[in-house]
Amino acid sequence: MIRYLRFITKRLILLLFVLFGLSLMTFLLARVVPSDPAATYLGPRPQPEQVERIRAQMGLDRPLPVQYALYLRDLLSGDFGTSLSTHQPVLASIREYLPASLELMITAMAIALAVGLFLGTLSARHENTLIDHTGRFIAITGVSLPAFWLGLLLQILFFRVLGILPLGGRIDTMVSLIHPVKTITGFLCLDSLLTGNWTAFRSALLHLILPACTLAAYSIGIVTRMTRSSLLEVAQEEFVTAARAEGFSERRIAGKYMLKNALGPTFTSAGLAFASMLTGTFYIEAIFYWPGLGSYTANAILSIDYPVIMGVTLLGAVFYVVVNLLVDILISFIDPRIRI
Amino acid sequence: MGSRVSAFKRFLHFFLKNPLTLFGIVLVFLFLVIALAAPVLAPYPDQGRGESLMTARLQAPSAEHLLGTDALGRDILSRILFGSRVSLKAALTVILIVIAVGTPLGIIAGYVGGVVDDVIMRISDLFLAFPSLLLAVAIVAALGPNLTNAMIALSVPWWPWYTRITRSQTLSLKERQFVDAARSVGVPAPKIMFRHILPNCITPVIVQATLDMGYIILALAGLSFLGLGSQPPTADWGVMISEGRSFILTHWWISTFPGVAILFSVLGFNLVGDGIAEVMNPKRRR
Repeated sequence: MIRYLRFITKRLILLLFVLFGLSLMTFLLARVVPSDPAATYLGPRPQPEQVERIRAQMGLDRPLPVQYALYLRDLLSGDFGTSLSTHQPVLASIREYLPASLELMITAMAIALAVGLFLGTLSARHENTLIDHTGRFIAITGVSLPAFWLGLLLQILFFRVLGILPLGGRIDTMVSLIHPVKTITGFLCLDSLLTGNWTAFRSALLHLILPACTLAAYSIGIVTRMTRSSLLEVAQEEFVTAARAEGFSERRIAGKYMLKNALGPTFTSAGLAFASMLTGTFYIEAIFYWPGLGSYTANAILSIDYPVIMGVTLLGAVFYVVVNLLVDILISFIDPRIRI
Repeated sequence: MGSRVSAFKRFLHFFLKNPLTLFGIVLVFLFLVIALAAPVLAPYPDQGRGESLMTARLQAPSAEHLLGTDALGRDILSRILFGSRVSLKAALTVILIVIAVGTPLGIIAGYVGGVVDDVIMRISDLFLAFPSLLLAVAIVAALGPNLTNAMIALSVPWWPWYTRITRSQTLSLKERQFVDAARSVGVPAPKIMFRHILPNCITPVIVQATLDMGYIILALAGLSFLGLGSQPPTADWGVMISEGRSFILTHWWISTFPGVAILFSVLGFNLVGDGIAEVMNPKRRR
């Protein structure tokens, strides 16, 4: 237990350093923005005295170290600044848009783990056969596909040609008007399921399929590759030979001994992939008109709304570090040999 | 001479056993040839460079325009061929920047050691601790959207990988006799680092660069798609997909073909990288 606490403390200290470094970086980035933030805030053709007033209000006339100290103080009190275009507090907007993105990311990760573990195991069990080559090819294609392009292709195929899935959005507008979903978790599918709202559930689920599959493509590749290679590595371990000598069935060896030992690296890379899915949502939500954090950020990027961009970057980094920490803890439970 | 033949045979044998790697090499080779010869290969070179022809807008693929035309009447095939140059040039530049920054830092960290090593490695840990694409987006959004800034933005989170590789390589080289010998005859440290250690770091660095090429091409196309990379009328694959986005339900070819080009070039580098990784991993070699 003490081991865990020490490990977690160490990682949390690293997180603090990362956050400090990142806040410094986002601060400096925000200060090298070529366009004057005060002018962006005021919109087109501001009066010079207006600009001066806003600059003073934003603290832009103070020396840089003072500005940074103020920025840190605001961050610590949960003030991520105000969007230059919507004039809404950044943190409140992030909180509003996050559930939609999380629903998408969690679904995508579930798909990626299911498909990836299956394909990876299949590939490893048939090493250097046609099955293996096919599995590897699918995996490498997964990491080579531009997600934004895959999304467009799926839209053409399933909406335009086959006409069986919706083009975008989270739910049918008519359905959401006639059968409104009560918000419990913010995950539309889950909420409609919990409240027994079947019409809404069906619509939400249909809307989720294409964006989730698009987002999953890259992670499917990652999980498949990692499962395959770590299984093959484990296969050369002595305990596998021993198990074989004992006469255990191949199925038991693969399922019980090998997979368990191969899961560590697989979960680590899946964790990394999950954390970087946040960037993937920038593209995918824009393509599928998914009203989440990704669309919110993509819009902010287009209008160079830097408080939003920096807020999301900071949050994304925290998310990344925390997910990796959780995965490391999870792995040490699966495989007690790992000393964390 | 005999050993060289057998090495060649080993290589041949490897490719026969690894058709995917061979396929990857073919794709990379095609990509390089197309990038070099685009002005000769393109049926409408001027349109590849951005000239538009409003009378030929949105034409479906035909004998005249094999892959159709876009909203400004430009031949898509020509623009894809020219796009390979943008992609290759940008990805190579990013790789060169990260090598130029990361490699010397790694050698210094490994050779000098002590506090210098600590400082360099902690800074690089910091850069590795957050998602690279997210950081790149933040940087390019702050610097302003264009291809140069996109390349800078991708380099910032990327150099630490090369620092790590060269550092560990330097640590093992430092103990070798030829370095000891150089030191004992009084060769100054900078000269040892860059005349004796650097050349021995080149192989792992090049291997890593091959592995990274695909990812960087993909990331650059993504930034361009978001409007953060190349700007129109540049024939950039990401820009082309984004330009065709509003037409996908009626004119599917505009976005589809540039995506195929991205897929094949990234796939090529990734297949080659995968093959190299397979050969390099001694545990897996039999």
